[in-house]
Amino acid sequence: MKLRPIAAIVLRQWYLMRGSPVRVLPLFSWVAIDIVLWGFITRYLNSVSASGINFTAVMLGAVLMWDLFGRVMQGVTTGFLEDVWSRNFLNLFASPLTTSEYVTGLVIASIAGSVIGLAVMLALAVPVFGLSFIALGSHLLMFLGVLFGFGVALGVLASAMVLRLGPASEWLVWPIPALLSPFCGVFYPLAVLPAWMRAVAYALPPSYVFEGMRALLFGRPFAAAPLVWAALLTGADIVLAGWCFVGVYRFAVRSGLLARYSAETVS
Amino acid sequence: MALSVRELCKAYAHLLAVDHVSFDVGRGEIVGLLGPNGAGKTTIINSVLDVLTPTSGSIRIAGVEVARERSRALARTNFAAVYATLPGNLTVAENLRFFGLIYGVHGLTQRIEALLRQFALGALRDTKCGVLSSGELTRVSLAKSVLNHPQLLLLDEPTASLDPSAARELRAGIRQLARQGNCGVLWTSHNMYEVEEICDRVLFLSHGRILLEGDPRALPHQHGAPNLEELFIQLAREPLAQRAGALA
Repeated sequence: MKLRPIAAIVLRQWYLMRGSPVRVLPLFSWVAIDIVLWGFITRYLNSVSASGINFTAVMLGAVLMWDLFGRVMQGVTTGFLEDVWSRNFLNLFASPLTTSEYVTGLVIASIAGSVIGLAVMLALAVPVFGLSFIALGSHLLMFLGVLFGFGVALGVLASAMVLRLGPASEWLVWPIPALLSPFCGVFYPLAVLPAWMRAVAYALPPSYVFEGMRALLFGRPFAAAPLVWAALLTGADIVLAGWCFVGVYRFAVRSGLLARYSAETVS
Repeated sequence: MALSVRELCKAYAHLLAVDHVSFDVGRGEIVGLLGPNGAGKTTIINSVLDVLTPTSGSIRIAGVEVARERSRALARTNFAAVYATLPGNLTVAENLRFFGLIYGVHGLTQRIEALLRQFALGALRDTKCGVLSSGELTRVSLAKSVLNHPQLLLLDEPTASLDPSAARELRAGIRQLARQGNCGVLWTSHNMYEVEEICDRVLFLSHGRILLEGDPRALPHQHGAPNLEELFIQLAREPLAQRAGALA
């Protein structure tokens, strides 16, 4: 992999942001709305509940982490969709750019955008609603790493799907985080799920993150092994997603799909 | 050689789009790839650019085999096509910088400035490509296509949206580039006047096969046609088998 083509993809995302404030707004707006909404909900729950649970840390923290995962995933997919929308595939893939350089550029741009989003979330949630991650300690970095990684894997996988099924399939991409959230136990322990949903949850790295977060926040013993497993699972998911993207790309080049990529292509 | 294509075939389920095509483009030579719609011109160009994998055959760009060393081969070429416009949400200068980085152009800032001057794009440098006229957009695409000093330049109907004056200037510019830059050019066009003017050699393609090859100024007389356009029409209408038989 060469650095300059990767830098080109990242730079392009920066140019797009710089050239259109409309693209900058989503980095902050939905996040801010979520934080405000859940901030007040958890403040209300704290005032009416005698359970002793700090809902702000448990629920607002979970919302923030889940938003972060969704942002990373959508950052990768949106970067890819920019090339779909601007019909730029021929220019890109008829150049020396390799698929690994392209995907790496998308991932770096997405992570950079997500970190900015995270900073905004924290800037709002910490002073206004008193959110604190101190109880999570150094595990926070591991939690963030798993969520970032799984967001990357799903973003790459979703991009492969759009490449294979055509631009119209982008509508299948946006609901993916919402579809996964019931399985990941963002707001409740996995123990409340029926057996078949729990089986799905164990295959999803974020479910280990939210279980671990709750354990630390409730002062329960924290087992590191599941989180290590989640990290390994995330690594495998990234490799699998990358393999899938390269496979779809090769199919698209072999079949002529890439050369005649258009709005409703499914072949 | 700028380009060397050998026994190129591309087959789909029920169609042989390109059928054992072999040809070369020399350094400094402009070769016209002609043929009716569906003849296989774009399939050949897409195969050269590795956005379409051939069923068989080999393609070498400036001596580098595309199938084996894709990035190295594609770093030596570039292209402009009416159906591959540059992203409209980036400005002219941003597009040139973006593609300059992808192609690994050294001294990129100076190169961009030189191209903005060469293609009279200075006043449009901070204009988004999406709001440019088709003629202006063609100029930007051409500037992008020569960013990396390609040894092979693929131009798919480059003058399709240009007025006659701009088209003439463009042809002069490409001829100069081919001669001075020692760059081979593969040029497709449906404008036979243009082809006669600029191409050193033409390849007539029909049903995925090369039917005729030669000097565009001499070919019509050799085949009893008053001009290149009439020869094109004859070849496009005539069934391949008859022509092949006549040639044999």
